[in-house]
Amino acid sequence: MLISMNWINDFVDLSGLDLPALIQRFTLSTAEVEDVFEMGRDLRGVVAGKIISVENHPDSKKLHLLKVDGGDKIYDVVCGAPNVREGLIVPFVKEGGMVGGQEIGMAKLAGYESHGMCCSERELGISADHSGLMELPDDTPVGRDVTELYGIIDTVFEVDNKSLTNRPDLWGHYGIAREFAALSGRELKPLETVSLKQFDNLEPIDIDVQDKELCYRYSGLKVRNITKKVSPVDMRIRLFYCGSRAINLLADLTNYLMLEMGQPMHAFDCAKVDSIRVKRFDAPFTFTTLDGTERRVDENTLMICTKSGNGLEDTPVAVAGIMGGLDSEIEDDTDSLLLESANFDAASVRKSSTRMGLRTDASMRYEKTLDPEMTVPAIGRFMKLLLDIDPGAQVISKLTDVYVKHYPKVELSFDKGYVDRYTGIEIDDGRIIDTLLSLGFEARQEGGRFTVGVPSWRATKDVTIKADIIEEITRIYGYDNFDIATTMSPLYPRRRSAGAKADNFVKDILVQTYGLHEVHSYIWQDAKKCRILGIEPEDNIKLINAQTPDHEVIRRSMGPTLLSVVQENRAFGADFGVFEIGRAAEGLNEDGLVNERKKLGIALFSRTLEERELYLKLAGIMKALGQSVKRTELRLANCEPRFKWQHPRNTAVIMAEGEALGWICTLTPSVLGSIDRKAAVVCGQLDMDMFSELKEGGLSYKEPGRFPGIDIDLSVVMPEGMRFADMEPAWEGSGYLAGVSLIDSFRQAGRRSLTLRFGFSSLEKTLSKEEVQPIVDGIIEKLGEAGAVLRS
Amino acid sequence: MKERIEGLRESFERELKSAGSSEAVEKLRVAYLGRKGSVTELLKGLKDAGANEKKELGQHINSLKKTVEQRLSERVGEIKAAEEQREIESAERYDVTLPTGGDPGSYHPITVVQRQLEEIFTSMGFVVEDYKEIVTDYECFEAVNIPKDHPARDMQDTYYLENGQLLKTHTSAAQNFILRKYGAPCRAIFPGRCFRNEATDASHENTFFQMEGIMVDKNISISNLIYFMKTMLSEVFQRDVKVRLRPGFFPFVEPGFELDINCLICGGEGCSTCHHSGWVELCPCGMIHPNVLKMGGVDPEEYTGFAFGLGLTRLVMMKYGVKDIRDLNSGNLKALGQFRHE
Repeated sequence: MLISMNWINDFVDLSGLDLPALIQRFTLSTAEVEDVFEMGRDLRGVVAGKIISVENHPDSKKLHLLKVDGGDKIYDVVCGAPNVREGLIVPFVKEGGMVGGQEIGMAKLAGYESHGMCCSERELGISADHSGLMELPDDTPVGRDVTELYGIIDTVFEVDNKSLTNRPDLWGHYGIAREFAALSGRELKPLETVSLKQFDNLEPIDIDVQDKELCYRYSGLKVRNITKKVSPVDMRIRLFYCGSRAINLLADLTNYLMLEMGQPMHAFDCAKVDSIRVKRFDAPFTFTTLDGTERRVDENTLMICTKSGNGLEDTPVAVAGIMGGLDSEIEDDTDSLLLESANFDAASVRKSSTRMGLRTDASMRYEKTLDPEMTVPAIGRFMKLLLDIDPGAQVISKLTDVYVKHYPKVELSFDKGYVDRYTGIEIDDGRIIDTLLSLGFEARQEGGRFTVGVPSWRATKDVTIKADIIEEITRIYGYDNFDIATTMSPLYPRRRSAGAKADNFVKDILVQTYGLHEVHSYIWQDAKKCRILGIEPEDNIKLINAQTPDHEVIRRSMGPTLLSVVQENRAFGADFGVFEIGRAAEGLNEDGLVNERKKLGIALFSRTLEERELYLKLAGIMKALGQSVKRTELRLANCEPRFKWQHPRNTAVIMAEGEALGWICTLTPSVLGSIDRKAAVVCGQLDMDMFSELKEGGLSYKEPGRFPGIDIDLSVVMPEGMRFADMEPAWEGSGYLAGVSLIDSFRQAGRRSLTLRFGFSSLEKTLSKEEVQPIVDGIIEKLGEAGAVLRS
Repeated sequence: MKERIEGLRESFERELKSAGSSEAVEKLRVAYLGRKGSVTELLKGLKDAGANEKKELGQHINSLKKTVEQRLSERVGEIKAAEEQREIESAERYDVTLPTGGDPGSYHPITVVQRQLEEIFTSMGFVVEDYKEIVTDYECFEAVNIPKDHPARDMQDTYYLENGQLLKTHTSAAQNFILRKYGAPCRAIFPGRCFRNEATDASHENTFFQMEGIMVDKNISISNLIYFMKTMLSEVFQRDVKVRLRPGFFPFVEPGFELDINCLICGGEGCSTCHHSGWVELCPCGMIHPNVLKMGGVDPEEYTGFAFGLGLTRLVMMKYGVKDIRDLNSGNLKALGQFRHE
């Protein structure tokens, strides 16, 4: 929102103060100023000049040769404007002067010298009008600097609208002026209004608020005999500086009022609208707003209507709080009006405006929950401005005011200790009272207790509790003026949650031990990326308002996400791995809430390892996580795949404490092929919520053996289908056996051979071969029973 | 006998000189000191000598034996040293400048910065909490004083799920849980992933990280809030940071602030990064709204507290000069593979 300091000066005298510093304080105490514009300061030597003669240029149809009285002398000027005529007074830049930041020197135009320039409003920077020269009134003293005639020199600043969302009172200059009054310690002048009591004996307007839920107040007044059509220059300049556009007197006045008081108003042509009905319709219909657009109005949208006789449906004339209708618009020949000054439900206006895709200056203000007390003073102010401009205008109705919803009066009470505790600094009583009074609050202090009455313009939602008063006191006090201090709070040991601890540990191991790369992705599955991989999208709970249907399903596992990452990075290196600790959803719980799970996903890619080696590497990583983070053993076992893209023969479940914590898998040939035909890719997932809940294994220290042990290598050939785990019972519990390790493994004639190293040792003595041999024989025998054959 | 001894001594010296390898020296050792070696034979021959002679000759032979042993081991040492030298000289000089492979892994930059922040806050007695990403309307809005008709709840800002739950739009969605879990007094930070339903471009993402913190106790004041923010940000940026507070409106705090820090690029002089204001808006903060405390089971008449929300993603971008926010969720290892633990 753009704010004119000239306008502010109407209400609070800021003369002699450092304006830039004051505007800076406004940022720190009220709302953020995004930009400051100095208006009119790029004009120099622009005076009211009188055209005393006009001659056609001999060689040009458009150009004229003028003699212009600049007050000091007569200037020869070549001018191309269409509206030049003798006796016209225009803004005139003398040779050597400046306009729009550009110096005007003597120029030769089509063979004639021009010693100055006559200006349009746009050239002066006071409107967008460049249709011709600005025409000044006939009684304008010739030679007077135009910046003295009108409020052209101004400081205008732009406030960030977002920082005003909770301050309905700041959507007009008067409210902003109140802040400047409080910040500068100067007095806020009352708004000059016309007393509306004098019209009480006139006929009321037929106003019927049928929708008492969405319309809080509707005030109206009828006026006729309006003869002036064009707004005064100063008013038009202010409208332009504040981002509006002059249209005609009545439209300009409603806009001016809104920019001044924050109260949106609407002027209906009295010839078309002479009664008011405020209501919603039962069925949707189309309605043409005054911007000429046909819009769909639904049954939730509050409408302003006028009564149609003969039992017909009322005629809609405006979308309440948003925009008027084309048919009832003020036109240039309108001489009577029905003035609306109303208050509507904020949420309803916002929602209607969102549904219609129509956000206006009025709806923006109503959305903020305006003060309904403002409607009548706004009419009084409107009439004051109108009568100043057009004294012949005549009020023909009494003020008709349907006040449906009053906000309760807010009164708050607190003691000084409350302020001290909340601020942490000492602000003296007098300062507290003065600040509140300057902001329009009622404030008194009795026996150390403050009682504060909240003014109506702050009481619609903004100031409702004691803490809100703290903000008023402290922001005007200035946060820059605070002494800052640390707290005097006792400290307690707080342990990291198991989840956060496990996450960090896992990341460290994956990055530092295995050289994997951590990535981040999205909580939804990306259907488009799944299609590239040839993965059928998983079915799961959906978002109802995703940006694209491809992103609407919440992912069920981390697999497809990480496989996409691998696929997109396949040129990154010959061997790499990625992981993410992210969220996935496994459908809904019994209570209807999403079963959200924190998951670790890992995917490995290799051009140097065989798929089997990569798969076992991933199994090793998962097991290492169990040992390092939880000192517990994670067991893997072949299982049926859960997803169609997992390889049916090489999917394994990760088990601990009898529960499945995750899986690892290779990919079906088609999915693998869509990533890279010449590489191996495996992926796995671990439920981090379950993992971090696992009981941590203790550490019981074992003495290292002091006596040399004996290693025995056995090579066994396993029949088809046999797994290492099937052989384990053959040696489990064997005497002196300290460990079994895999030395070699190869596949021959469809069968796998393993070379196992059995380490035997004793804590008491050096073992002899003779002592170990019977144990080894026992193992061999059991292996044989299990089906494994010793390779000679 | 004596002559034989001297003769052996001489022949040993002669042969030793010509023994050029460890093997030759070993042969020599066997020839002189072995079971059937010349010196051994001499000693054996002593038993036939008389008692006086035995003593004298014995001394001579033993002296020869010692000399032979000593000379042999000297010679072995010389030969080994020479062999070692030859081996060293013939060895390949390895090229350490060759590419080594085995590149280390990488942490996501969010993890890197998050850990730094966690370290700072834990050193100040804050506990680190983690929270869900899919939450209820109550957690995300109701419990943090965002009323039913607030624009933040509109569909265009929030991702809603079929079952009425939503993707958390801010880390504040965990406030209620944390207040209930710890009660007062309480110091906690809770980093997390947040979601906003908007179109993405270089500076907008629908999925990003925030880190929120709260501190609740008796007499926590605005003065304390400013102190903690300044201290924390000075730690984050590793320099003395100037902060300023402006009024800011957030339903879950009262009063609420926008916190600016002096621009770290220009030092407050004004540059394009700070739009020539010298200040950069960094994090919203404020005194926890009494309604939020109440809903968290904390009595607002007895306790006060402050809360702040740091844009973790934004901090990462500032810290590393990441220009396109989408790089962070891209999974592109050319971008992400660069980040290491700090």
